[in-house]
Amino acid sequence: MSSNKKYWKSVEELNENSSIVETIQQKEFAEEIPTDEFLGDKDSLSSSSTTRRDFLKYVGFSTAAASLAACEGPVIKSIPYLVQPERIVPGIANYYATTIADGFDFSSVLVKTREGRPIKIDNNTLSAGRAGANARVNASVLSLYDSKRVKRPMANGQNVSWEDFDKQVGTALEGVTGEVVLLTQTFASPSTSKLINEFSSKFGNVRHVVYDTVSEDAALTAYQAKYGTRALPNYDFSKVGTVVSVGADFLGDWQGGGYDAAFAKTRLPENGKMSRHIQFESNMSLSGANADKRIPVTPAQQRAVLAALYGYISGASTSGDLPGKLDDAVVKAASQLRKAGSKGVVVSGLPDADAQTLVLEINQALGSQVMDSANPKMTRQGNAAAVTKLVEDMQNGSIGAILIAGVNPAYSLPNSKEFVKALKDIDVSVAFSMKEDETAKLCKFIAATPHYLESWGDVQFTKNNFSLMQPTIRPLFDTRQFQDCLLKWNGSDKSYYEYIKETWSSLGTDAWNTALHDGVFEGASPATAETSASEFVGSTINTSSAVRNLSATSEAKGFQLSLYTKVAMGDGQQANNPWLQEMPDPLTRASWDNYLTMSREDADKLGLINENVANGALDGSYVNITMDGVEVKKVPVLIQPGQAKGSVGLALGYGKKEAIQEEMQVGVNAYPLYKDFSSVQYVNIEKASGVHEFACVQLQNTLMGRGDIIKETTLEVFNTKDKNAYNKTPEVSLNHVETMVTSPEVDLWESFDREVGHHFNLSIDLNSCTGCGACVIACHSENNVPVVGKEEIRKSRDMHWLRIDRYYSSEDSFTEDIEKKEDISGLGESLTQLAEMESPADNPQVVFQPVMCQHCNHAPCETVCPVAATSHGRQGQNQMIYNRCVGTRYCANNCPYKVRRFNWFNYTKNDEFDYHMNNDLGRMVLNPDVTVRSRGVMEKCSMCIQKTQKTILDAKRDGRVIEDGEFHTACSAACDKGAMVFGDVNDKSAKIVNKVEDKRMYHLLESVGTKPNVMYQTKVRNTSEA
Amino acid sequence: MKKVKFRHSTSRLLLLSVVFLLSFTNVNFAQEDPAAIGDEQATEAVAAESSSGDVANGKSLFNSLCAACHKPYSKSIGPALNGVSERHSLAWIESWIQNSAAMIASGDAQAVAIYEEYNKTAMPAFPQLTQVEIGDILAYVEQPKPTAPVAAGGGGSEAGSSTGGGVSNNVILMILAFVLVMLLLVLFLVNKTLRKFAAASGVELPVKEKRKPLYKSFVENQFLVLVTAIIVLLASGYMVYGFFMQVGVDQGYQPIQPIHYSHRIHAGDNQIECKYCHSSARTSKHSGIPSLNVCMNCHKSIGEVAESTATEEYSKEFYDKEIKKLYEATGWDPANQAYTGETKPVKWVRIHNLPDFAYFNHSQHVSVAGIECQKCHGPIQEMEVVYQDAPLTMGWCINCHRETNVKMAGNEYYEKIHEELSKKYGVEELTAAQLGGLECGKCHY
Repeated sequence: MSSNKKYWKSVEELNENSSIVETIQQKEFAEEIPTDEFLGDKDSLSSSSTTRRDFLKYVGFSTAAASLAACEGPVIKSIPYLVQPERIVPGIANYYATTIADGFDFSSVLVKTREGRPIKIDNNTLSAGRAGANARVNASVLSLYDSKRVKRPMANGQNVSWEDFDKQVGTALEGVTGEVVLLTQTFASPSTSKLINEFSSKFGNVRHVVYDTVSEDAALTAYQAKYGTRALPNYDFSKVGTVVSVGADFLGDWQGGGYDAAFAKTRLPENGKMSRHIQFESNMSLSGANADKRIPVTPAQQRAVLAALYGYISGASTSGDLPGKLDDAVVKAASQLRKAGSKGVVVSGLPDADAQTLVLEINQALGSQVMDSANPKMTRQGNAAAVTKLVEDMQNGSIGAILIAGVNPAYSLPNSKEFVKALKDIDVSVAFSMKEDETAKLCKFIAATPHYLESWGDVQFTKNNFSLMQPTIRPLFDTRQFQDCLLKWNGSDKSYYEYIKETWSSLGTDAWNTALHDGVFEGASPATAETSASEFVGSTINTSSAVRNLSATSEAKGFQLSLYTKVAMGDGQQANNPWLQEMPDPLTRASWDNYLTMSREDADKLGLINENVANGALDGSYVNITMDGVEVKKVPVLIQPGQAKGSVGLALGYGKKEAIQEEMQVGVNAYPLYKDFSSVQYVNIEKASGVHEFACVQLQNTLMGRGDIIKETTLEVFNTKDKNAYNKTPEVSLNHVETMVTSPEVDLWESFDREVGHHFNLSIDLNSCTGCGACVIACHSENNVPVVGKEEIRKSRDMHWLRIDRYYSSEDSFTEDIEKKEDISGLGESLTQLAEMESPADNPQVVFQPVMCQHCNHAPCETVCPVAATSHGRQGQNQMIYNRCVGTRYCANNCPYKVRRFNWFNYTKNDEFDYHMNNDLGRMVLNPDVTVRSRGVMEKCSMCIQKTQKTILDAKRDGRVIEDGEFHTACSAACDKGAMVFGDVNDKSAKIVNKVEDKRMYHLLESVGTKPNVMYQTKVRNTSEA
Repeated sequence: MKKVKFRHSTSRLLLLSVVFLLSFTNVNFAQEDPAAIGDEQATEAVAAESSSGDVANGKSLFNSLCAACHKPYSKSIGPALNGVSERHSLAWIESWIQNSAAMIASGDAQAVAIYEEYNKTAMPAFPQLTQVEIGDILAYVEQPKPTAPVAAGGGGSEAGSSTGGGVSNNVILMILAFVLVMLLLVLFLVNKTLRKFAAASGVELPVKEKRKPLYKSFVENQFLVLVTAIIVLLASGYMVYGFFMQVGVDQGYQPIQPIHYSHRIHAGDNQIECKYCHSSARTSKHSGIPSLNVCMNCHKSIGEVAESTATEEYSKEFYDKEIKKLYEATGWDPANQAYTGETKPVKWVRIHNLPDFAYFNHSQHVSVAGIECQKCHGPIQEMEVVYQDAPLTMGWCINCHRETNVKMAGNEYYEKIHEELSKKYGVEELTAAQLGGLECGKCHY
């Protein structure tokens, strides 16, 4: 049977006369391969002098030559100094005390320099009581080596010399019609204030507007109304007995931050006492996570809570009617505050002058010793009204010239569009900037400014406490600081250094030298206060009307958005800093992003989801946020346990697009929502299409009732019961007898002799740890830990040697978790209840636990290494030898703590990982005493062996005994809260010995029997309601 | 750059032994440095000419008191002293030496002029010098510049090498070789002649029976083949291993440096303490290449080498040129005794290179342990051009840590650990290994 079926591939084939079909059928390639062009041309072929045989010879020769040359080592050149500076000895670090004052972070720090380059920021221990170095300050050393910095002054988009620049700006300023405006960050510098006054008197029509990117205007206004100075009340949290915070993240960046160290000291349950911390808040913040009692309330409710609290404390009646449960909480808080008396304090982060006034009133009523109104904080000076007025005036055209220093309003102003439009029309615009950012790009002149590590300065922290800034390196680029420019334009030939010295001439040479050495000093400001152009109406704020205003808030429609700053990014100045981008948020554990935090209930209502995909990474939905015509599109949503229902949170500081590497252009810009510089806004939220990929480093959020990871108890139990009630050593069965795991007979291993020489231990106190993450960045910079980028983090290939785990309780408290787990009986119940325990509670308890290599004395990783690349040191350190490692990763598999990190790629000089280690400038931050690891080797925390070895060597050279407190790791040195204590347990006088013997002491997963050299102190919460 | 052979290689040993043997032959004339003889002769010759004063005493006084700032024949911090008694009267010189400041203060025209010329550098007063002693110093500095030594010394050395020993090694060797060749020739001729005689006289020479070739019997003996094969394999394996183990080991690395700096002259002949220049070895992990200002501490006044410094391989002119290079790098103008400000940093070639993953600290070994530099760097005081003496392999480090006792006496740091460890091991002296000096993490982090 024949078939007439014809198979065809294209309609064209059905046409029998088609030439195309014929061509295709006969030819292999549809188009001619142009071999003839070369081979057919006899001339070109014969004129080519290279024959095939020659070609093969060349290939053979070059291969042989290359392989032979590889056997020869490279020639390494060494170039010594011509004249060696007296204090620089190659190989020895020099330390200088200086101060960061970037308008957001103010802190006195110690800078470690090697061969003249700053490589690490340490806490200045002499500046006790002031803000310690947080994660951003620790990371600021890398921003010095930012490849996106402006390298020389620019005029109209052209590179010019400073002489030309001065000439051009000078002529421009002389011919200016209208007002000259200085729009600056808060400098809090007496010398700069003096200088600006001089500038004003020289040019006449000058207005100085201070602009804080993240405003504290309400608190400043309230303080000014009550006490007369535009400043922030200062708090000494080390005196706290009871603190009630209404929306104030005082362990984070609230009012400039820096209160966490003092507060942490009150958290130790010594003599049966510790402070009590009650937190009313909407977003889950660091303070809320550390609080003894946390009550999630929306910002509108917070206002009512504050009014009610005032009522209960002062005895005045309040008209607010709070829901019963909330009212009960406020009553209890008020009674505890009254009981604490002068040791009680109330703080609030509400962006409302009325609320801030009430806070001052309550604290006064309590007679609080904690609040110090006599020595107020000067590190925030911004004036929201003045900034708003400036933008209006710019639009009117009454501004002739604008000089912008230290701020980036084109990015960070809520009404940046109007600002940008008006800025373009101003005749003379000068940006003093380290970057060619959104604002600098629009200015006619860009004055390249140095980093703070290259600058001089003086900073007034509080009314009586001062600090000096000194350069730690010669300017890397052709830069000049703002103050030097002003001096020049004032017609002075002094340098700013001489100018500061002159300001402080009252100190005398000796005191000046001491101050410069110490970095900090006390005194009184010698400079006359700046003649402020902004007129302030000296009216006091009426308390009763404030109470009325606060309690009369009506809940508007939509969601209440609280804008906050993350510990990693702050106001966004250092957005191009890969360390900070990769640092996981302490609470959400997400890096490289900002997102809308939302309660589970609200998310379910809107149909928003968070889900883990196949490789474990987290994905989430998008939403669009609208508010009075402002729309922020495609904001990812992260479901945050503890978020107050009806409220959402979004971090500022992300979404930068200018002067920032492409890899770091992440997140959305939340500043357009920062209307009237108020961190609380009413917004509408609707679901948008698409799925966002988060880079979240922790996917298991709850402990599942495993009490041997986190031990937690209450102050009551701790005070009244035996150690076994809250910190029981695990037992195993030996010959049917329950035996403690610490006893030698249940041990598989033979012990090393740990009595001779040094033996290092690290204690981490879960009570004082706030989860701030300064240690994470300190570890990064000390140990040359690479940055891997968002994609790799998503694959759980983060390289952090030190991580801070965060756990939520799945019931209301961790104790209930454990009870629930222990009460499970039967398979069915275990399946359902364990599944329930996977998800955190709506208002969970939170703990932070820093985990690094535990340096087990009986380390499981050591026994499985086939090449003995990891071995145990006599000083207790588990040593990792990179040059010996072949990358089997057995050790990582066998580690119960999952602290080993594998170099999946070469992270240095690799264009795929274009972060600081891929450019010469960024590599200058590397610590020369620590090996830079290459691909295919395992790495992990070394317990900073380079630091302990150096301490030992110094002592040997001096021929002396090492005293307690000399040994440090990068993390223990960075922890200004004293949560991490490091020392030699064989030195019986050492602090660490007390920690080992403490009743709260336990080891992580003690039942495994690894005998770690890192220990934890049980977390104790003060839950007493009376 | 060149790479010298491994020091203990056989060829090197052979050569050394030959040299050792031959050195006995010229031991007579190697003892006295002809240049030195010439130099001294010349000085003595001029000394004889000037008779007013004790030149020897003057020389010692000059060297102890004046040489820091003055040179006899060229400008230094102060003027050249040769010819000073023509420029000034003796009385003026005496009063200047005893108190120059007073003379300047009194407004003496000559004194003020000199003070101005030399950047207002005041000359310290020497009231302790008597007139006689000043006379001695003048006698020493007023000797005419000994220009003769170059010729005299050169002549002397030539004479020394051609006439001193009578016969040179080469001649002896050539004669010996000639004798040997002659002997061979004679033997060959005798053999040939004898064969001719035998053929002529009909004597039949015994013909050797043709035997089975050796290689065939070798191939047939399977046992021998097997053993040989095993030996060859083992030997080649050993050699391959040896080859790979020396990859990256740069023992003997001897690069040519931008300035020919001779450790032989500085550390050997002049006995300058190593840590005078490599001062950071005391406190830092790096021994430090001295910055050029350290060189200039001395070389400001040492513009040329002494005649006696020159060797057969490197002439005085060569060394002087190298010092000129230093001046060029630092921007020192010897004529005006001032820096011009035009500097050119020197790019030395690094000889001892440890890999980045190995941590080594000089101060630990130099200051704490008190180890001599030579222990690792070899006979540095004899090196004209520095080479890497030690292999710098891990085995080499470890070996030393195993064998070396730690210097603990008088160091409070070690007191406790010494007591504990010596009890534990039952020994009085502890090695670095016993202290934990073999742990990986002590050097790799």
